[in-house]
Amino acid sequence: MIAYNEIRQNAYYDSVTLMLFSSKLGEIPGVREAAVMMGTDHNKSLMMNSGILKSEDAEKITANDLVIGVLAEDQSAVDAALASLAEQFENKKQSTAGDEHLRAKTMDSAVKKLGEPNFAIVSLPGKYAGTEAMKAMENGMHVLLFSDNVSLEKEIELKDYAVEHNLLMMGPDCGTAIINGVALGFANIVRQGNIGIVAAAGTGLQEVTVIIDRLGGGISQALGTGGRDVKEAVGGRMMLLALEALKNDPRSEVIGIVSKPPAASVMEKIVASLKDCGKPVVACFLGADSALIEGDNIVSASTLEDAATFMVDLAQGKKVESCEFTVPVEQVESAVKEAVAGLQPSQKYIRGLYSGGTLCSEAMLILEKAVGGIYSNIALDKKYALPNVEESVENTLLDMGDDYFTDGMPHPMIDVRLRVERIKKEAADPGTAVILLDCVLGYGCHADPAGALAQAVAEARAIAGDRKLVFVASVCGTDADQQRRSEQEEKLRAAGVIVMPSNAQASRVAARILSAI
Amino acid sequence: MLTINELFHAQLKVVNVGLESFYEAMLDQNTPACHIDWKPPAGGDPRLLEILAKLSR
Repeated sequence: MIAYNEIRQNAYYDSVTLMLFSSKLGEIPGVREAAVMMGTDHNKSLMMNSGILKSEDAEKITANDLVIGVLAEDQSAVDAALASLAEQFENKKQSTAGDEHLRAKTMDSAVKKLGEPNFAIVSLPGKYAGTEAMKAMENGMHVLLFSDNVSLEKEIELKDYAVEHNLLMMGPDCGTAIINGVALGFANIVRQGNIGIVAAAGTGLQEVTVIIDRLGGGISQALGTGGRDVKEAVGGRMMLLALEALKNDPRSEVIGIVSKPPAASVMEKIVASLKDCGKPVVACFLGADSALIEGDNIVSASTLEDAATFMVDLAQGKKVESCEFTVPVEQVESAVKEAVAGLQPSQKYIRGLYSGGTLCSEAMLILEKAVGGIYSNIALDKKYALPNVEESVENTLLDMGDDYFTDGMPHPMIDVRLRVERIKKEAADPGTAVILLDCVLGYGCHADPAGALAQAVAEARAIAGDRKLVFVASVCGTDADQQRRSEQEEKLRAAGVIVMPSNAQASRVAARILSAI
Repeated sequence: MLTINELFHAQLKVVNVGLESFYEAMLDQNTPACHIDWKPPAGGDPRLLEILAKLSR
């Protein structure tokens, strides 16, 4: 075994770029471990723990230095890894070398080069992100703050400044927004229209906007706030400001709001603002008591799909109508019957492996009605919090975008490796009957998530051997997205996955299968 | 400085700091954008960072 190290001083690249590089090196035959990382303390300890960095080398490395570490079976594998890396760096250089590419070293020079920019996307490591977000606002920019690990105090400081200056401060931990038809962060390409949405739920916003698009509706603005905005401490500062903006926006004829249940005091303020907005509203507070959300102009939706459907109904001047399945019920029944046939007596449980946290919560809300409490790292009831996230218990659904899984790893919407490993692990458990998945498309996401998941499905089936495994999934995206929804669905179907048109419908099919076992 | 409702009628001009893929998404959507080649200040040294923060107050 050979351990190769290289340190390139003052060569900074963002974490996603480097993790994609590392991931490609790991696929080279003979390479046991490979990492290309910035030399932060956290990364250095990860590399030392996996044996690709010596502690005496680690001492002299700073966060501005690029560290390349390869653990390989022989020198030829190391050489192949280095050649591949050189090629990836060259591709990166060439892809950003055109005249249309505008680059700057600092915020000040970016402002000069672009000439009165009005928006900033900030996705730096959390401890630096707040400062840059504030700088952007001081320069007159509205902000999408993608980073997590920004302190609560900083969030409140940023949002107070934003409210005072009538600026959007979406985040921290805001994944998605669409402004004037431009998809920002993890977002999909959808039709423009007369529905304005504010959400404290990233993949929730993606699911709602793509379903609206599919139903023929369109988005005026889709604003995010970050999940912590609706907690007591932040008090819905951005949610309330965003609602006010949609209320004053003539193009937003229908208003939608999507969130996990806010703190009681925040809910009161939000409902008061909604009642007062003079426009039809669809409110989807996943898991909240709908009695709390009453108002003459407010319709409550219990799933993301219902929320999207109701918004389109109202935008087209129709009466709202809920729908359990948009495919023929006979088709669902026959898929359930076929799924259940041939399962072994030990196979009783569902394992849901999600990249989207809101999609995971929605699935749990639907499934618990059929099979009772669901164990999870984001359990709806503390009683079902997984004692050890690495080990599923009975019916388990995981949000694999949660901090536990993303510490030192890219988000599962970008990099499917952790999810693939977990699929294989669940396949080896004789208790597993159904594996439920999401497949999220759009800007920022993996280039071919369904292709990677389809391969994992095949590997999982090989691991399960005689035991049959049932896979159920939905694809969150549109045909205008780079990954193309219909092609992604086809790849999953070709791998024998039951593909449903929404996460709610996928969860209902899974619930029916479990009930029929 | 544009208010939120003024922004809704403006051409977005985006500064991106952090993940380069978000900058590439702007170019793909023909939205004017500038990417900041950001590096951790003070080489990410927490002690130096603290001093810098004090100086800038």
